[in-house]
Amino acid sequence: MNGSFDILIVGIGGQGTVLASNVLGEACIREGRPVRSAETHGMAQRGGSVESHVRIDGRYGSLIAPGCADLLIAFDLLEALRYRHYLPEGGRLVTNRRFVTPTSVYMQKQTVPDEAEILAALGDLDLTCIDAAVIASEAGSPLSQNIVMLGGASRFMPLAAETLLAAVRACVPPKTVAINERAFSLGRDAAGRC
Amino acid sequence: MAMQYLLGNEAVAHACLEANIDFASGYPGTPSSEVIDILRSQEKRGFYVEWATNEKVAYENALAAAWCGVRALFTTKHVGLNVAADPLMTSAYTGVTGGFVVLSADDPFAHSSQNEQDSRCYAQFARVPCLDPASVQEAHDMIRDAFSLSEEFGLPVIFRPTTRICHSKSDVDLGTVGDEHRVGEFCRDPKQYVVIPAHTRVLHRLLNEKQPAIKKRLVELGYNTAEVRGKTAIIASGVAASYVQEVIGADVSFAKIGAYPIDEDWLRTFVDAHTRILVVEELAPVVEEAVRQVATTTEVFGKMTGTVPYEGELSPAAVAAAMATAGFSPTQSFPAQRAPAAVAPRPPILCAGCSHRSTFYAMRKVFKDGIFPSDIGCYTLGLQLGGVDTTICMGASITVGSGIKQSGEERDVVCTIGDSTFLHTGIPGLLSAVYNGANMTVVILDNRITAMTGHQPNPNTGITAMGTESTPISLDAICRACGVSFVETVDPYDLPLLLATFRQAKEKDGVRVIIAKQPCVITARRAGIKRKPYAVDPERCTGCGVCRSFGCPAIAFADEKAWVTDLCAGCGVCADICPSGAIHREGR
Repeated sequence: MNGSFDILIVGIGGQGTVLASNVLGEACIREGRPVRSAETHGMAQRGGSVESHVRIDGRYGSLIAPGCADLLIAFDLLEALRYRHYLPEGGRLVTNRRFVTPTSVYMQKQTVPDEAEILAALGDLDLTCIDAAVIASEAGSPLSQNIVMLGGASRFMPLAAETLLAAVRACVPPKTVAINERAFSLGRDAAGRC
Repeated sequence: MAMQYLLGNEAVAHACLEANIDFASGYPGTPSSEVIDILRSQEKRGFYVEWATNEKVAYENALAAAWCGVRALFTTKHVGLNVAADPLMTSAYTGVTGGFVVLSADDPFAHSSQNEQDSRCYAQFARVPCLDPASVQEAHDMIRDAFSLSEEFGLPVIFRPTTRICHSKSDVDLGTVGDEHRVGEFCRDPKQYVVIPAHTRVLHRLLNEKQPAIKKRLVELGYNTAEVRGKTAIIASGVAASYVQEVIGADVSFAKIGAYPIDEDWLRTFVDAHTRILVVEELAPVVEEAVRQVATTTEVFGKMTGTVPYEGELSPAAVAAAMATAGFSPTQSFPAQRAPAAVAPRPPILCAGCSHRSTFYAMRKVFKDGIFPSDIGCYTLGLQLGGVDTTICMGASITVGSGIKQSGEERDVVCTIGDSTFLHTGIPGLLSAVYNGANMTVVILDNRITAMTGHQPNPNTGITAMGTESTPISLDAICRACGVSFVETVDPYDLPLLLATFRQAKEKDGVRVIIAKQPCVITARRAGIKRKPYAVDPERCTGCGVCRSFGCPAIAFADEKAWVTDLCAGCGVCADICPSGAIHREGR
């Protein structure tokens, strides 16, 4: 092994996976550690399923191989199911409790499992489930769900919480710093209660 | 100097600033677009930057600037280099005086492209140097060197990052931004710049004579490196080299190719020192062919032996698999690919409130039996709405439509093309279709911006890349000047009018143009335009599902009733579609 800690962040275009990856990268710079990441850009962002690979202490390429992620962070519960094969057996997943039904389900009359069914299907993993929408509203804005999720996942990362919080301050829009600080802390607390 | 966490394209743009760039021109295309977007958003900008109407225009603009002795950058995605291939090929003959870097971003796996072509082949074809970075840091360093390399040999230099460089992030060690800029001056020299046969024959010989020195210089520059560690070796290029480095054993020799043309003597020395070699590269077997040309007794594995795939992108796991096939032992094993869980697909989709959706809806409603050639842009997603029958390259909706119609096909042909794509290469097709008497309808999806690639301005927007106001061109006037007499501009949010206009067009002969004009919903939101969202009256909703087939992501269904989610942008088209009149503006 080359010693990198590999995090896959998944969600839906527009949910802020790129910002979350920026926070992790900024935290690595602040701790003087190498980092590699890969993102979805371009048209694929338009409401589609997106993934960000982040390799803390990464020195080579930016891609994480399926079955090799140290941590999967899902901003959407259905996306957790879609990308679970990136984790090894019993791997660690931090996921949002809610999901957005894909438009394809309505258009092509496909079926989706409900929350309980998805959670059962993910039951073999080391699972932390966070109700990001509720916590983000509590923090002051539903748009801070990505930082809530990052706060929750921060318990399982080889980065100091203080560094991550400083990185959040540096990466989010200046007007939203207070909200996102709260979002990070509330998310971290919520993961601690799981 | 300063360590920062940057996107590959951000690092490239920064390196251009370090290299004191004077001129930048390009046409947006994923994964290349951010470079010029970053250059144009610099607060203190002592250089010229533009978005041109297409890649040929951009290339020629930047080439001419380099003829005037300034440092020029041209950016494109790989397929845009096809559009610029005409000037590229001959600019290798004319050469340049100022440094000229041709950034052509390749897209293995076609993440957001129509093919997987390899820009290194263009470098070979044109006989110009090519740099192929393996990491974000190397991309940064190469760009700095590329300008001086171009000046040293008087040639354009192709810089070829791939998606996993452009859209990867890394800690990057940056240099200092320069502020010394040159002023262009054209020195008349017909023997250099007028490529009549008598001149061009000489220029071709001079280009060929430059090749040996280029190869030697690229070895000196250190972008092609080799370390002999055993009797077997792996040779890798571009981003694939970093995947190899992740899994290669300490007793296997390693050569990394980052610059072309490869010096044969240097390569032969390395190849001859090994009994077995695996060549790992994405896309075309450029390095492999070079290795096979110099190899005598060495056994070579690569794409031609079926060991490395020709298609798609590589990864550490794919490299490990190729290594195992060729008899190498990767230092890491990767779990056998488990099939991803079967989950309802979530492909990219036209935004809630996107005006293209209603245009596709109306087009399909009126032309039930129509054939729908389309083009490159967000609206290619109209495929999901049954509104896209063909897409091949930029500008090919009108031309394909004309060809289908003139082949004798009797059904109605209705093309869709975005405003930026129309200005890119749509106009000559329209002109030709009108003049040659085609019978078809052309819909210009006019959202006032180049949306898909990140909202770059075009001549329809009214602002330049440098933020200067400029008179927007008139699409109506262009179409009329091309000889179209039926040109109707309509607001696609006004569904009844849109339907009426399509019906009107259907009754006419010749080329009819409908301009469906409504700013992109994303730019409208950014500009502060707010529309009240809509809501479903559950009492009146019959659950018929007509709105569902409209495909708007803001319409959800629960318990056999539709409801409008908080994604609603307030376009109101669904209210016109609902047969029960159950959808209405909120607060009414």
